[in-house]
Amino acid sequence: MTARELFDKLKPAQEKRGFFFNADESYTMPLLESLLVNKERYGYTSCPCRLASGVYELDRDIICPCVYAKPDIAEFGACFCGLYVSKNWNEGRPPRVTVPERRPAEKSLAALLGGQG
Amino acid sequence: MPQIEFFGLSTCVHCKRAKEYLDKCGQKYNCTYVDMLAGEERTKAIAEVKKHNPSMSFPTIVIGDKVVVGFNEQELAEALKEP
Repeated sequence: MTARELFDKLKPAQEKRGFFFNADESYTMPLLESLLVNKERYGYTSCPCRLASGVYELDRDIICPCVYAKPDIAEFGACFCGLYVSKNWNEGRPPRVTVPERRPAEKSLAALLGGQG
Repeated sequence: MPQIEFFGLSTCVHCKRAKEYLDKCGQKYNCTYVDMLAGEERTKAIAEVKKHNPSMSFPTIVIGDKVVVGFNEQELAEALKEP
């Protein structure tokens, strides 16, 4: 599957859930390619911008769209990696900021030290 | 200019952009893709990132005693200025 095929496949379903792809395809397409890389590596589409442990149970919260996407989009207009955004974001309304990591550090660390390596 | 340590993920678009910015500035840096490491090397890199950035997010860019987390061009440009 190519990034474009993944884009076409996900777009209608995710928009129904309120997740809109970033209109800036210089973000969206590399991120979708990375999701395919992680699917190949780990067997699931782990967030491209977070270090996966490689253990499904420990990475469940960062499988795209991650559990943090909804609150991040509500607060910042974009998810952590910038793949999914709000309608306003795509219309250039909210000021664009670097979305801080919402995942609790101890969860990241537990996953990393308990996982692949 | 102190040695720059760049900790990133090969799959992260923000890491890619931050590197492109450093390259554009002609800045030398030591790049570590933590997702490409395994074993002891990976555990050591994770500990190093955690030392500078407890939230373990990427990129984590160490410039002397300054740490830039994530890619924000302005913030990175500021950090690159000599003290």
